[in-house]
Amino acid sequence: MPDVLKRTPLFAAHQTAGAKLVDFGGWEMPLHYGSQIDEHHAVRRHAGMFDVSHMRAVEVHGAGAAAFLRQTVANNIDKLTTPGRALYSCMLNPEGGVIDDLIIYFLTPTHYRLVVNAGTAEKDIAWLEALRLKGAYEVVLTPRYDVAMIAVQGPQARRIVGEMLPEAATAIAAMKPFNSATVGELFVACTGYTGEDGFEIIVPNAQAVIFWERLQAAGVSPCGLGARDTLRLEAGMNLYGQDMTDLTSPLESGLAWTVDLKTERDFVGRKALQAKPVAMQMVGLVLKAPGVLRAHQVIHTTKGTGEITSGTFSPTLSQSIALARIPVGIAVGDTVQAEVRGKQLECLVVKIPFVRNGQSLL
Amino acid sequence: MTIPADLKYTESHEWIRTEPDGTLTIGITDHAQDALGDLVFIELPEVGRTVTAKENCVVLESVKAASDAYAPVAGEIIAVNTPLTDSPETLNSEPYESWLFKLKPAADSTTGGLLNASDYALSIGER
Repeated sequence: MPDVLKRTPLFAAHQTAGAKLVDFGGWEMPLHYGSQIDEHHAVRRHAGMFDVSHMRAVEVHGAGAAAFLRQTVANNIDKLTTPGRALYSCMLNPEGGVIDDLIIYFLTPTHYRLVVNAGTAEKDIAWLEALRLKGAYEVVLTPRYDVAMIAVQGPQARRIVGEMLPEAATAIAAMKPFNSATVGELFVACTGYTGEDGFEIIVPNAQAVIFWERLQAAGVSPCGLGARDTLRLEAGMNLYGQDMTDLTSPLESGLAWTVDLKTERDFVGRKALQAKPVAMQMVGLVLKAPGVLRAHQVIHTTKGTGEITSGTFSPTLSQSIALARIPVGIAVGDTVQAEVRGKQLECLVVKIPFVRNGQSLL
Repeated sequence: MTIPADLKYTESHEWIRTEPDGTLTIGITDHAQDALGDLVFIELPEVGRTVTAKENCVVLESVKAASDAYAPVAGEIIAVNTPLTDSPETLNSEPYESWLFKLKPAADSTTGGLLNASDYALSIGER
């Protein structure tokens, strides 16, 4: 009996739009709708949309919600003081490895919303339930299977979404990054995975197709996972399962900024993190010569060897870029060698991100 | 997928046209460009290079993966499509117009072992 891939409420819309469908973490998702490079440019120059319904929203309700999250995630939810504010964080295991990265939305003092990755959702939910039981927290966890999620990203995204939701036009025009608002039956968050302005919108399943079609009619281009990967890499954003895993520390994955050690707050993984010396760092690489850097290619440096975790050809920069885990002691501006198809190719170590507001930072 | 009837094919997804003067023009098929995705780099072989049958002589880098194209038979590379390296995306949009290299077959080589269009279609799972 072959494994059946899961489908989102937008599956038929992807087929109609001519999507090339692939298996992504057990979900049948669009890789592209013709050209992932064209879709990438559509997001940087105009507006594109991604079906991210395979990701999982999880409601955290109860008097113990804040205490529960303080212990569960590495970033500090006490930074969220205004309803609607969002926080990017890792969730660690007791060894200090990364279980997942996620966004946490503060809605009320007894209601937070988490959005976790598709491939890790079941693992995350089981872990959260186990922690809830172990700590006897007064919390109810509710994974949401009744909603779809659409990310609208690009310089025109804000205008188009505001025109589509006139009852919230002022709120949408003014919403700052890492804030969110409930708009009727929708949840609109000013977050994204592209480095562009835009929103991730939670929509009831029954309304997903109509919402997608209205966005398309308003000039937003459907974009697939291929473009999603080149956009997020240009924006210097990590991909769970590639740039970090259960076996890697956030401190060696470019995520130290998401780990809050400033207070005495005890959270899962803190002791292990603070006990281990940090021997590796995550850097950005640019390949000057023709060619494409790819995950798992070996990197040679004057301080020892490392490895590319994510690599691609950047459509906006017209050259290959990568995130790599290499020994500490190598600095921005240094050169390292990447082993590409048997040859040693010179790469420049650069600051992350590579692109901001559609412009090269190189 | 488009599979022109007047060309020959390999199982490694090259198309081959025999020219009136007996030389071969080689490219990659519609199936191959679709599988590779957007092409970003093409590394063509040097003119004058001698190749054996099935020797890899072109590097095709797409956003998804790196792949090789192979000489269908032994021979000498007599021309390469240099303009293609400046616009690799035309290989996606026009796979049968975007030839990669031309080969003068070795005296003892034959195109008899190459696939016709219907056999290639079968090999990629199409009728």
